[in-house]
Amino acid sequence: MANQSSTEGIRIAIVGAGPGGLSAALRAAELGISHVLIEAAPNIANTIRRYQKGKLVMSEPRQLPLRSSLSFTSGIREDLLRTWQQELADRDINLLTGDPVTNIQRQHDGFLISLSSGHHLTTECVVLAIGLQGNVRKLGVPGETLPNVQYQLDDPDEYRSETIAVIGGGDAGVENALALTGHNRVILLNRQEEFTTCSEANFQRLRDAIKAGGIETQVNTSVVRVEAITGSDAPLSLVVQSPQGMERIECHRIIARLGATPPRRMLEGFGIRFPSDDRAAVPQLSERYESNVPGLYIIGALAGYPLIKQALNQGYEVIEYIQGNPVEPADQGLLLAKFLRIPDLPTVTEGIDLLRANLPLFAPLTTLQLREFMLDSEVLTPPSGEVIFRRNDYGNSFFSLLRGAVEIHIEGQDGKKVIIKLAQGDFFGEIGLLSGRRRSATVVAGNECVLVETPRRSMLKLLDAVPGVQRKLDEVALRRVIRGCLGASLAESEVAHLVQAAKSRQFAVGEVIFNEGDESDALYMIRKGSVTVSRKSNDKEVVAAYISAGNYFGEMGLISKTPRTATVRAAAPTEVILLEAERFNAVLDQNPSVRREVTSRYLEGVRSKEASTSGKNSGLIQFLMDQGVGEATDVLLIDYSKCIRCDNCETACAELHDGTSRFSRRAGQTYEQIHVPASCRHCEHPRCMKDCPPDAIHRSINGEVYITDACIGCGNCQSNCPYGVIQMAEKTQFQRPSLLHLIFGMKIKHLPQNPLASEGKKAVKCDMCRDIIGGSACVRACPTGAAFRVNPEDFLTMLDK
Amino acid sequence: MEQPSFLAYRNYRYLKITGLVITAALIAYLLARPAGGAAYGGTIFGYALGIASALIVLVLTWYGIRKRRPPKVPERREADRRKFADTDATRCQSNRRVINAEESWRHGTTLQGWLSMHVYLGIALVVLTSLHAGFRVGWNIHTLAYVLVLLVCLSGLYGTYAYLRYPRLITENIGEESLDDLLLKISEADELATHRATDLPSEVKTLVSRACRDTRLGGKFIQQISGRQHDCPTKLAVERLRELGKELVDGDQPRLIRDLYTVLLQKQRLVDMVRKEISLNARMRFWLYLHAPLSIALLAALLAHILTILIYW
Repeated sequence: MANQSSTEGIRIAIVGAGPGGLSAALRAAELGISHVLIEAAPNIANTIRRYQKGKLVMSEPRQLPLRSSLSFTSGIREDLLRTWQQELADRDINLLTGDPVTNIQRQHDGFLISLSSGHHLTTECVVLAIGLQGNVRKLGVPGETLPNVQYQLDDPDEYRSETIAVIGGGDAGVENALALTGHNRVILLNRQEEFTTCSEANFQRLRDAIKAGGIETQVNTSVVRVEAITGSDAPLSLVVQSPQGMERIECHRIIARLGATPPRRMLEGFGIRFPSDDRAAVPQLSERYESNVPGLYIIGALAGYPLIKQALNQGYEVIEYIQGNPVEPADQGLLLAKFLRIPDLPTVTEGIDLLRANLPLFAPLTTLQLREFMLDSEVLTPPSGEVIFRRNDYGNSFFSLLRGAVEIHIEGQDGKKVIIKLAQGDFFGEIGLLSGRRRSATVVAGNECVLVETPRRSMLKLLDAVPGVQRKLDEVALRRVIRGCLGASLAESEVAHLVQAAKSRQFAVGEVIFNEGDESDALYMIRKGSVTVSRKSNDKEVVAAYISAGNYFGEMGLISKTPRTATVRAAAPTEVILLEAERFNAVLDQNPSVRREVTSRYLEGVRSKEASTSGKNSGLIQFLMDQGVGEATDVLLIDYSKCIRCDNCETACAELHDGTSRFSRRAGQTYEQIHVPASCRHCEHPRCMKDCPPDAIHRSINGEVYITDACIGCGNCQSNCPYGVIQMAEKTQFQRPSLLHLIFGMKIKHLPQNPLASEGKKAVKCDMCRDIIGGSACVRACPTGAAFRVNPEDFLTMLDK
Repeated sequence: MEQPSFLAYRNYRYLKITGLVITAALIAYLLARPAGGAAYGGTIFGYALGIASALIVLVLTWYGIRKRRPPKVPERREADRRKFADTDATRCQSNRRVINAEESWRHGTTLQGWLSMHVYLGIALVVLTSLHAGFRVGWNIHTLAYVLVLLVCLSGLYGTYAYLRYPRLITENIGEESLDDLLLKISEADELATHRATDLPSEVKTLVSRACRDTRLGGKFIQQISGRQHDCPTKLAVERLRELGKELVDGDQPRLIRDLYTVLLQKQRLVDMVRKEISLNARMRFWLYLHAPLSIALLAALLAHILTILIYW
């Protein structure tokens, strides 16, 4: 490694000696290109050097091959740095350390780089590989700069027997939290509900640590302020907003790992443009990492690629691109294998072009983001007529229609089948992105259709990273609602005009969205959760209907311009998108034919609604809502007018499930003749799942929420369940009565298992007999057919029978 | 939202089957009507009816076993269980589980279906055995078996009626309460009443202590069924207290009487509720104490009947 400062006539200046910069410089040296590698810090790989001592550096994404002259395998930070030092030592790299770049100016055929030492360099091209760590994001709340509030963790062994709050559910936060366990009490706070932004490997390690009791987590929690307290053992008090309300956490130290943002002002000073005003937006780049300034290239974290392997690969590739060598990106092979399933699509470039051209939803993504998106997704080419999924299936993947068409078969409320055709560029399965919803329709493949299927986790990650996609997703969903509500004859431009004004709002359980008699100000679409519709009748509020996610309400009042005829309340935590009345009515006024059509349909609606508000069932609906059926996906009910109280249901359940019945027939509430036993509702958003240290509670693809053998018996789920349907139980052996037992009426004993072999008490709850062929034992064991299971979509139709 | 009854199971599937069986038996009987009063059981049709009836008896008894003894631990989807345990979060739809239709048919029988069949075949059995006997009776083992069939079926018919009628009445009577809760409330009422009676004349104290001590809940079979107690002390106390209220008008007495009266009224309501609960439950269940032993007796008599025929005919 030569450390010199010859400055004239350099072809490539590489700024930043991190993984990307080093890889680029090494490649340039190998190719004999004149270059300079400029590093502000006195050492190379400064960010990795600042990693906590002994940190395991991972080589994600695992499936991506490495293409760099620097070697890289997952290992301890120290080993990695040593290897790199050795590999770089005997190479002819022109390195300039300890001299930050102050300006980069475009000149007629190159760049003038100013350094803080006062030197100037002229080069033909510049590769910016400075990462983000120079611009770490702060807490942004009062107290963010107090002592012991830190944004970095150097040596986790420095801290012993402290209470440390680690903020941030990304890789950095999770890794810091993991490193601090053992000697400290560690509380990990995540703004999100799930840990979607950390790597799979870190997520696994986090799970294990939580299971072992090393880390406490708080999700859906955001920081309000930090206060210094005196006279207490713990000098800091962290005030947070959690789902339970304001909470105070007293701790010795706060480590916030909130990521970093591009040093935007500096980059804009270089002439680089950003695609949006979003703070986290990354500069717009060509497929060859070139920015809008010709000759200025950006790689690594600054380009939106936070992983070391990506940066190493890009460092290598960018030099090849500058030299005009047509190298293929490292993920080429993997992507090609996926694209080859599409007929007549020989190259990845064409594939990516096809994605961009045919899927407007993903238009905001850069080429590089699209490539990453495709790495997670699968290409499907189902033959015409094949069912992709059925109504009421559980699924959590998202489908985009790259080519061809699919048919959506919906059963209308009047029982008629409606077929909606989706064409190229459309998407479906978006309800799968919400937790725990069944598919609302059956989808059948059309002619020569090509689908891209993306798993939920990847899609959520994408929604998180690219705000444009969430907006587009809502826009299309809303467009469907408007078409459904106003008919197909409205011009596309009018629909777009309506969609532009849409806003989103959130409601807590029981919160009123609008009241009976309120002015009709908007049309609402439920993005998440569900609502109940109730009316006043004889001074009593009676519930008339239940509406689930993906549907809309509030259109009646808008069309007729009359006050609300009902009160709508959130039945579960609910997010709605609303469309304001003004614009809506302006559009209708311009389209008299649409207004006529809508009004006539509205009158029909009034007629059918009058028929259904006899109020006969409203008490029952209200009762079932109070029992949590509104947030249930599948619930056991008992028709007490048939139930002979034999408790055969419980016996059958106990017999199949290690001697413990997973529900109690006697416990639970009754309304008229309908009884809701204390049995799992398989909630849409199961609260039992939230705080399970070993992550032992899952929802299967068929909908049931179940507990795996990983349960450690901590009892968190039991205390989190609002319906009291989880119990802690030991396995016992159920003895099957012999014929003699039956004839002489002898009692059967439940023998506990050999205490030496006992695994202690574990959480048990209904899993809808998921592993038992034939289905729910409780229902099958009922002699009079009193026990039955329903989901809320079906129970309203059952009510009318 | 109420569910169809077990009689209507699968759109009256077993009613239809039973109708066919009875029609076939009647036609057979008319075709081979025995001339001159010969024992009908001895003809070829008689044998056929006898064998059919015996088979039906076996099927009907099997229900009793099936109900009390759940089927052996069914096949489990072990492989699935493991495969789906950990991958839920990231998996694509493409490899979802497909439930095998045949599998669910084989393992999907419900006890409700069994009960529906049990009831209808039981009715068919009455007709079949009557025809098999050729309406002839005598003092012998054959007639014993026939009578037992009739008794078992009669008790079963009552059971069908009870299962259709009483569950609804039980819910209407007791609602969300449980028997244990009611008994607890009654004993609380007793304590309160005793406490409130302390400053009242001894006649009142006696009334209250008798109401606490001698009010009977449940009791012998007939008492349970009737749901009443002759001269129920609680009822007497309530009635007598109303009369005494007119006489005891000194000082604090009217208020004390009123308080006591409220408690006793409450207790009376609770007592009525408990008695009705016990009575309805007894009416819903007692027949089974006849039905089950009688059917075991029937099995024995049937065995004797068949053996006798094989040996002596």
